Amino acid sequence: MSRKPHRHGRDFTRRTVTAGLGAGVLAGLAPFNIVRAQGAALKVGVLLPRSGVQAGIGQDCQRGVDIAAGILKELGMPALQIMNGDTETNVDVARSRAEKLISDGAQILVGAFDSGQSTAIAQVAEQKGIPYVINIAAAPQITEQGYKFVFRNFPTAGMILSDAFANQKEVFEAAGSAPKTAVFMHVNDTFGTAMKGGIGTVMPKFNMPYSLVETIAYDPAARDLSVEVAKAKATGADALLMVSRLNDAILLTRELVKQRWSPMAILSMGPGWYEDQYLKTLGKLSDGPLSFVPWYDPNKPMSKTLEAALAKTHPDLNLNTNHVYTFEALLIAADAYKRAGSADPKALADGIRGTNITNNVSPGPGIQFNEKGQNDKLKLSAIQNRGGKLVTVAPKVAANAKVEWPLKPYDKRG
Amino acid sequence: VPLDIYLNVAVGGVLTGLVYGLMALGLSVIFGVVRVVNFAHGEMMTIAMYIAVTLFSVFHLDPLVMLVPIAAVLFVFGYALQAGLINRFIARPEHSQFLLLVAIAIIITNVLLILFGPDSQNVQASYAYDSFQLGKLIVDATKFYAGLTAVAVTAGLFAFFRYTSLGTAIRACADNYTGAMVVGLDVKRLYALTFAIGSACVGAAGCMLLLIFDVTPAVGPAYTLLAFVIVITGGLGSMPGALIGGVLIGLTEALAGLLFTPSAKSMFAFAILVLVLLFRPQGIMGKRAA
Repeated sequence: MSRKPHRHGRDFTRRTVTAGLGAGVLAGLAPFNIVRAQGAALKVGVLLPRSGVQAGIGQDCQRGVDIAAGILKELGMPALQIMNGDTETNVDVARSRAEKLISDGAQILVGAFDSGQSTAIAQVAEQKGIPYVINIAAAPQITEQGYKFVFRNFPTAGMILSDAFANQKEVFEAAGSAPKTAVFMHVNDTFGTAMKGGIGTVMPKFNMPYSLVETIAYDPAARDLSVEVAKAKATGADALLMVSRLNDAILLTRELVKQRWSPMAILSMGPGWYEDQYLKTLGKLSDGPLSFVPWYDPNKPMSKTLEAALAKTHPDLNLNTNHVYTFEALLIAADAYKRAGSADPKALADGIRGTNITNNVSPGPGIQFNEKGQNDKLKLSAIQNRGGKLVTVAPKVAANAKVEWPLKPYDKRG
Repeated sequence: VPLDIYLNVAVGGVLTGLVYGLMALGLSVIFGVVRVVNFAHGEMMTIAMYIAVTLFSVFHLDPLVMLVPIAAVLFVFGYALQAGLINRFIARPEHSQFLLLVAIAIIITNVLLILFGPDSQNVQASYAYDSFQLGKLIVDATKFYAGLTAVAVTAGLFAFFRYTSLGTAIRACADNYTGAMVVGLDVKRLYALTFAIGSACVGAAGCMLLLIFDVTPAVGPAYTLLAFVIVITGGLGSMPGALIGGVLIGLTEALAGLLFTPSAKSMFAFAILVLVLLFRPQGIMGKRAA
């Protein structure tokens, strides 16, 4: 009986050849990948609520993505390969879509308009070590977690409130009168709750001329807001202080008309009241509300470029927060990629941390991030709906119109 | 809060509840006879709402004027669905029926999403912003018209089931399936007719709800859930129960929003459901199982 001699080492089989070839190819490609990334388009996963309750705003943000490519090219920025993700206005879906985009090769994430959804995406981005630039989300806690890969070029709830109250006082001064009482109505989502929490601490510092006589929280997905408006009307308050979304802003306006209540002013500190869909759906009933929001500086050259780009593709739309801050998020990504010279996540994150963009759109000195990843230099504007258009009424340095005061009663609009 | 505000809110809640009742009536009728729970109920209503939106935006046809033609379209849709698909599942286990109808619901939602996009849509009828003032009472005109029409449609349906031979035959199928077959009734055709009538109900309700609420492809499941809450509260299979359940839920949501906090108003509607399930499981107007 003969035995095959024992061979030291591994057998040389087809599997060995395949494994060896695979390893060789990978080893050969590894440095090439880095080199290639410098010339290749940066894969940007853009997460937005493209369906669900916030679909209107999500799609409006997408317009900011659509107009970005041409402008970034003119600025000499590297190309971006956009990978779209729909959060379906749902926090859990936002989380799973972020994971999917990363597994599909996204090298940076951008989005997602909503604080709750952005919080979920931030957790995924930090866990996976992929940079995430928030376009719109105001809940302060997102940039208070010590995250290394999360950046926000949008004011926090506290910043919004501080600037909003300062701008309100300027508006009241220009109008020569001010409300004495107000009802605070807010959506009960992450953003609305953060704003409600902030009001209690920020408002007393500004010595506002009005006091809050009632606070009414409601579901942003509510189909009917008649009860909410009835409750607000019953207080007899002079003004409505709002933190809302788009659909509910439309519903609220309809109820104000139907319940024959025209307050002295509608002071919004969130989205909804200035959106094009609001203006188009309500026509002349959309005139008058004042929004104290992150806006754009109409005097900056980049604002004019963005306005022109939007007018070219969407001549019937006004440039707004959704377009501006989504565009700026992509500008930040492209700028960081250009400076980092690599799509390596850590290099990209370091690149974003070192951002200093002065040729931008949003009000303030430009885009820089503090150690928490927050742009704390942003400023807000006060804008008013006027005949389907939006004018800036405060602060004076960025204003292009005087405030119309008080709100014209709904039953006297013909 | 002044008393007139309570009155205004209560009237609004009752009127909305009447339309909710009509929507739930379709579900109740279908279950009462065919014994199939229509998990695509809300989605079928969104079909009607989108037909109404399209007719309004293209031809400026008022949803209330188009109520009968749209209900007829849903009637045909429901008949075809039952005759062509659901009848084959009648004898199958309930989970098979559930999966079939959930699949239909998902297909409807996504087809609507492809056709109309995700934006909410509505109709701006000439009376969209009207309201009637009677002293301190302010009644929303659209809710008033919708509520009144819901009562009329429900009364017509009640009369149909009560006073026509076809209605009697359908009720016979509901009471005794085998007996109905023995006396020579074409049960499968009657099932299809019943499903069609239930679908027409939801079509009519969709036209009315469109005057009150906006529509998006994603609203279907919320209406399906609402219809379930209403019919279980009112009594599954009971026609008056559906209307009473609708009014009760509409009124509860409205008053809970005013008395407590508006963001918790749905919680109170579900609390009513829990109470009914605890103390009267067959529903307010339902019959206790033998």
